[in-house]
Amino acid sequence: MKQNGEVRIGFYICHCGTNIAGVIDVDRVRDYAASLPGVAVARDYKYMCSDPGQDLLRQDIAEHGLNRIVVASCSPLLHEKTFRGAAEDGGLNPYFVQMVNIREHGSWVHEDGEYMTGKAMDMSRAAILRVQVHEALERKRVPINPAVLVVGGGIAGIHAALTMADAGKHVYLVEREATIGGHMAQFDKTFPTLDCAACILTPKMTAVKAHPNITLWTYSEIDKTEGFIGNYTVTVKRKPRYVREDLCVGCMECIEACVYKSAKIPDAFNMGLSKRKPVYIPFPQAVPPVPVLDPENCLHLKNGTCKDFCVEACGDRDAIDFTQEAEYIDIDVGTIVLATGFDTFDPARIPYYGYGKYPNVYTSLELERLVNASGPTGGDVRLPDGRIPERVAIVHCVGSRDEHYQRWCSRVCCMYSLKLAHLVKEKTGGEVYNFYIDMRAPGKSMEEFYNRVSTEGVHLVRGRVADIAPESLEPPSNGRIGRVVVQAEDTLIGRIRKIPVDMVILSVGMQPQEDAENIRRMFNISCSTGGFFLERHPKLAPVSTFTDGVFLAGTCQGPKDIPDTVAQAGAAASEALALIDRGHYELEPNTAYVLEEQCSGCKSCIQQCPYTAISFDAEKSKASINEALCKGCGTCVASCPSASIRQHLFEDEEIFREIHGLLAYA
Amino acid sequence: MNMQQPNSGEDAAWRPRIVAFFCNWCTYTAADLAGVSRMKYAPNTRIVRVMCSGRIDPQFVLDAFRHGADGVLIGGCHPGDCHYSEGNYKALRRYHLLRRLLADMGVAEQRFRLEWISASEGDKVKSVIDQMVAQLQELGPLDLPGRRADWDAELGENGEDDLTAGIAAEAAEEVSHV
Repeated sequence: MKQNGEVRIGFYICHCGTNIAGVIDVDRVRDYAASLPGVAVARDYKYMCSDPGQDLLRQDIAEHGLNRIVVASCSPLLHEKTFRGAAEDGGLNPYFVQMVNIREHGSWVHEDGEYMTGKAMDMSRAAILRVQVHEALERKRVPINPAVLVVGGGIAGIHAALTMADAGKHVYLVEREATIGGHMAQFDKTFPTLDCAACILTPKMTAVKAHPNITLWTYSEIDKTEGFIGNYTVTVKRKPRYVREDLCVGCMECIEACVYKSAKIPDAFNMGLSKRKPVYIPFPQAVPPVPVLDPENCLHLKNGTCKDFCVEACGDRDAIDFTQEAEYIDIDVGTIVLATGFDTFDPARIPYYGYGKYPNVYTSLELERLVNASGPTGGDVRLPDGRIPERVAIVHCVGSRDEHYQRWCSRVCCMYSLKLAHLVKEKTGGEVYNFYIDMRAPGKSMEEFYNRVSTEGVHLVRGRVADIAPESLEPPSNGRIGRVVVQAEDTLIGRIRKIPVDMVILSVGMQPQEDAENIRRMFNISCSTGGFFLERHPKLAPVSTFTDGVFLAGTCQGPKDIPDTVAQAGAAASEALALIDRGHYELEPNTAYVLEEQCSGCKSCIQQCPYTAISFDAEKSKASINEALCKGCGTCVASCPSASIRQHLFEDEEIFREIHGLLAYA
Repeated sequence: MNMQQPNSGEDAAWRPRIVAFFCNWCTYTAADLAGVSRMKYAPNTRIVRVMCSGRIDPQFVLDAFRHGADGVLIGGCHPGDCHYSEGNYKALRRYHLLRRLLADMGVAEQRFRLEWISASEGDKVKSVIDQMVAQLQELGPLDLPGRRADWDAELGENGEDDLTAGIAAEAAEEVSHV
């Protein structure tokens, strides 16, 4: 590797107050660096990242003709940009800067000052040797396509989409179900205000439908994603509903007319507590108000023969189309917001709670449908045998805070359990028992809501439910559903309580969607423990990810309530907008490149690249790298048997020098 | 000439030196986290930053040993979570092959280690390094540069011994007859 003329290195060791200087003898390291060949200037300074510190760099570049800079200070992850910027201001290519991490990897973790001073000298020498063979590099600027993709049409996706559409950007909102609204559409009243969920959600849903800047694709999924920040090409699969969206007017007469006189198929929106016909709409306020035909149950689609009363009812509109097929559409977007939501914990995994075994044990989501006026019982809390329960138990923390299932606290369950307690008490007038471990009421007005519910006569028992079993082995003779006994230690009075109840509600926790792993890998997103999508930084960057241009909103990132979900969706939208408004993004120039003369055409590298950035040029019989697709991982570089693939910024020669420098004896 | 590794007791001032190759997104970040949290651990590692564990050429590992490292540690993202999708799997493959090669060369297996350390696992950085240093302290120095110097001396000035000189002479004769 050639050295461009005489190399003149400026070496700077930062005291960082006493963070570094308190452990390392900075003077000795500075003097050692000064003694190494190629070092023209060696200085120490209290705070290199400060303005005067950076000025030092700029002045020395000018006065001493420096063409390389080494800064021994904190982590490059913190200040690499700062010092590169300072060098650039001083007229030097920013990639002639190398940092030495003697703080996070040095003075902060080692107490032996003498040893650490020696190690700092080794590390400095390594950087000095390395930086000599650095080359000038240019950052590539890519434009940002102003169109945005929002994946998921729950409250998070809806809010993010509306925010960005209002800013004038074109938004594609892709939702897997036949309607937007997500889980929030299933809730009855929401805590702490007891707002009706549908009442506050449906106006936003309608706004999405009506917005000129939003392309709403329901009953659609993401098939694959390619590209990079500012330039993503996403393939969307539009599943066939067998109804033409552009022709349907939402009269629902097809549903009325269907040959199935009564509904037979379990209704997923009502958690299986009611039935629907093969032609259906998820709920009355669905957006878009276009029915779906279920190919597994619709006689025409399944068997090919049906009297087709639906088509007759549709009449002139002629919106039903049995020949519809899945459509794959490619869209170009610059940024993506993932708002794919959550799933609830399946309490059947805890056998001693009796879910699925006893017909009067429900999940909280099922109860939301029961208490909802548009649910299967018209808003009445009824047992499967039709009776109103006299005693109801609500079990907190089902599947949560448990090393056998989910370690985390799902954040919303205490609050919704209190809400359900309030609603059930109001509707049934019966006794309600909430069994909890701790009462968690974080957030505005939440504690006040808890206080309110606790004055309404709801029994709050502090004890984790250990067992739910039938009261009697003999079922009651008159067709009634037998009671179950809920057993828990009431820790506040130190006694075990066994309370027979007519109905049990299991407050299940939140978990990632079943296919969250597939979804996140399509967008190259990592996950944290539990499987929720990983944010770039838990405190300072909660909506961005390590994949530039992809943002997170809502419960896919972690359990949270509706206020926090909406806040996060707004944050994701604003970060995406910031990127779009800037108009461009600068890529780190650490891409790989092929030395054509040396490439033997062995093709070892081709399959190594997960971004298909390497292709084989059959004419020349050489590998060829598309710089725009290359993300700079270096995997192909390490795989090339003839070292014909190199990587900018991480050249073999640079790394070898670093290794030698680290190991040579001072 | 001493082909055996020196006993750690003979050279009491000796401390193992480990070269660590950490991937930028996970392990390097985890080491930073350990620093920010002020965790204290053995100071014997010298970290080389790469963007992905997939960048690690087996030659880097061999080069490190050749220049005096007593141990080499590779740190990457957990399988499935590589920032670049699959680079860590490639690193894993190379690690397994290289491990066998090093074993054949007589390098103790504790000297070459691969660990998956995610960005939030600062404590794992500490525990892995502390453990590896303790193991190497007991094993003693590898000192390949010293051993090479010994071998060079044994092979004589030309770098040949009697056997290879004989073979070279025979080969030269054959060629001259062609």
